[in-house]
Amino acid sequence: MIDSIYSLDISHPPDINGHFGRFGGRFAAETLMGPLKALEEAFYEAWKDETFHQKRFHLLKNYVGRATPLYHAEHLSKEVGGAQIYLKREDLTHTGAHKINNTIGQGLLAQRMGKKRVIAETGAGQHGVATATVAAMFGMQCDVYMGREDTERQAPNVFRMKLLGANVIPVDSGSATLKDALNEALRDWVASCEDTFYIIGTVAGPHPYPLMVRQFHVVIGQEARAQCLAQTGKLPDVAVACVGGGSNAMGLLHPFRDDDVRLVAVEAAGHGLESGEHAASLAAGRPGILHGNLTYLLENDEGQIQGTHSISAGLDYPGVGPELAAMLEDGQLDLDTVTDSEALEAFKTLTRSEGIIPALESSHALASGIRIAAGMNPDQTVLINLSGRGDKDMNTVFDRLHDEIEGSKA
Amino acid sequence: MSRDRIAECFARCRNEGRSALVGYLTAGDPDVATSEELLLALAGKVDILEIGMPFSDPMADGPVIQAASERALEAGVLIRDVFALAAKVNSTCPDTCIVLMGYANVPYALGFENFSEQAARAGVDGVLIVDIPPEEGAVCDHALRKNGLHRILLLSPTSSDTRIKLASDAASGFIYYVSLTGITGAEMGEAAAIEQQVERIRSFSSLPICVGFGVKTAEQAAKVATFADGVVIGSHFVSQIPLHCNDHNAMVTALKKTASAMRDAVRKVAV
Ligand SMILES: Cc1ncc(COP(=O)(O)O)c(C=O)c1O
Repeated sequence: MIDSIYSLDISHPPDINGHFGRFGGRFAAETLMGPLKALEEAFYEAWKDETFHQKRFHLLKNYVGRATPLYHAEHLSKEVGGAQIYLKREDLTHTGAHKINNTIGQGLLAQRMGKKRVIAETGAGQHGVATATVAAMFGMQCDVYMGREDTERQAPNVFRMKLLGANVIPVDSGSATLKDALNEALRDWVASCEDTFYIIGTVAGPHPYPLMVRQFHVVIGQEARAQCLAQTGKLPDVAVACVGGGSNAMGLLHPFRDDDVRLVAVEAAGHGLESGEHAASLAAGRPGILHGNLTYLLENDEGQIQGTHSISAGLDYPGVGPELAAMLEDGQLDLDTVTDSEALEAFKTLTRSEGIIPALESSHALASGIRIAAGMNPDQTVLINLSGRGDKDMNTVFDRLHDEIEGSKA
Repeated sequence: MSRDRIAECFARCRNEGRSALVGYLTAGDPDVATSEELLLALAGKVDILEIGMPFSDPMADGPVIQAASERALEAGVLIRDVFALAAKVNSTCPDTCIVLMGYANVPYALGFENFSEQAARAGVDGVLIVDIPPEEGAVCDHALRKNGLHRILLLSPTSSDTRIKLASDAASGFIYYVSLTGITGAEMGEAAAIEQQVERIRSFSSLPICVGFGVKTAEQAAKVATFADGVVIGSHFVSQIPLHCNDHNAMVTALKKTASAMRDAVRKVAV
C-alpha cells in the first residue's frame, strides 16, 4: 500500500511542449525528438499505472530506506540561537544522496520500455553511483560519462561505479566537467536511442526530463511536510535547498508551493559572485538555450557557455532547471548564494554540533539556512534539505582543512 | 532579399542533371584569416556553402567538428567575424548560396531579430539551427521570415510521418536529411535505406532534399546524388584543416582538391 502522504497528482505541470512559463521546452536535435516523445508517453502511461508506483514505492522503502528521517537539529539550533532547524536526511538513503529517488524511477521506466542499457552524466559522481546501483540491481549495462577533472576530484565515486559494474568514460572535451559529460551523454544517446535509456540526473535537459525528475523527487518534500506537521504541529516557515541543476530543490520545495512557506534556493558563489568564478546561474546568469531547454545560463556576451567554479562538483554546472527559472521570475522562489568558504564553515559547524558530516553541496543549503535561522525566533522553523553525506568529499575537505584540524590537536 | 538564390540553385542543378554540392566549414577555423581563404576556396566549388557558427557545446557534432569549434573559439572568433566572413563570400561568389549553421544559444544571445538582420545584410540565404525543432520555432521563425531568410530544418531516420509533415510545413529552402542516427562524422548507413527515407519525405514535401552526415568518399557522394537533390559534405572537408595545420597553402590546396573530387562525383548522375 502506498502511504497517503505520497500524492500522485502532477501539480503545476508544464505546457504540452514542456514549457514552464517561458522556460523549458524541447530544444533538441531532430533525431532525439522521436525518442523524447516516446519517453514522455511512457512516463505518463507509467505514472497512471498503479503497479508502476507499487514497484517504485516498494524499492523506495526497502531498498532506498524511505521515508528518510526529519531530524530536529537541537544543538545546531541552540548554537545559532534563532529558529529551530530541521534537517531532511536524504544523506541516509542508500548510496548517500537524494539522487537515488530519481534513478529508481527512471530505472523502472527503462525496464518498462525494454531498454537493456542505461547511460548517465555525472559531476560529483553521486548520480553516476545511483545509476550504476540501479543498473546492477536491474541487470542493465551502464555507461557513465564524467568530466576528466571530476574523475580526479571525486575518485572514490569513480571506483564505486566501477565496483558496481559500470563503465566510467572520462570526458576531455570542452572544460572537462559536468556540462561536457552531459554533451557526451547526449551524443551517445543520439546514436543509441533505439536500445538505450538516458537517465538524466537533475531537473534539466529537454522535456520530459525536468518534469519527470521532479516527480520522482517530490517524495522528499511530501515526507518532510507530513513530518513537520507531526513533529511541530505546523508547516515550516522556510524551506531551503541547494541548487546544482535543481533536483533536490524541486523535490523538497515543490510540495510546499501552494503553502505559506518561504522557499529558498541556494546557488554556489564559489570564490564570490564578483570574482566571476562561481556556478550561480540564477543569480548571475541570463536566459539562454543549452542541453535541450531554455533557462538561465552562465555565458559570455556571445552566447558561449562559461566555465564555472564551485568547491562542490555537484553544483558546478552553468545552467539550472527551467522550472526554477520560472519560479524565480514568478516570485515563488527566493534566491541565496553561498561561497566555498561559507559552505566549508557550515560543513564544520554541522559536523561538530550534530555529528553529521554533510556533502559539500548540502553544506551550501546549510550555510544559507543557518544564516536565515539566525534572524528568526525560536518558535519558528527552518527546514533544510540535507541532500547527501560528505564521505565522497573527504579528499577535497582534507586538502582544505588538514592543517587546521591537525593544528588544533597540538 | 528579392533573389531566391536557393531556389535558383536547385533549378540550375536540375537543368544540369546533377545534385547540388553542399559544403560545410566552421567559421574562424583555424583562425579568421585562414578561414577566409578556406571559405572562399570552398565557395568556388560548392553550390551551397554552410558556414558553421562556433559554439562551446556542440552537442550534435562528432570529434572532427567539435575540434573545429574549439580551434575557432581559441582563435577568438566572434559572431561579427562570422558575418564578415559570410559577407566576403557573398561579394566574391555571388552565385553561391550561404547557410549559417549552428546551435541556438549563439543567435539567441544576440537576439534573433538582430541576428537575422545582420545575417541578411551579409548576404546569408538560410539558417539551420540544430537544436530548434519546429515545435520551438516561436523563438526564431518570425525574425527569420521578416528578414527573408530560409529556415532550413533537419529530418532524421527517427522522424515519424507526423514529424515529417510538421517539418515540411515549417521549413523553407530545402530539407536537410540526416542520413544516420548519430552525430556528424559517423559512418554513413546503407544507401538504399537512405533512398527509401528520402522518398518517404518526398511524399510529404516538395522542397529539395539534401542528404548529409557521414558522406566522406566520392563514391558515397555519387551514390547519394542519384536520389538526393543535394549532397552535404562536412567532417570530411573540415578534417583537411588539422591534417595540414602547419602549412596553410597545403591546407587550401587539399581542400580545393577534395572539393573538386566531390563536385565531379555529384555531376556523374546525369541520366
Ligand atoms: C548531495 C548532492 N546534493 C546536491 C546535488 C546537486 O544536484 P541537484 O541540484 O540536482 O540536486 C548533488 C549533485 O551531484 C549532490 O550529489
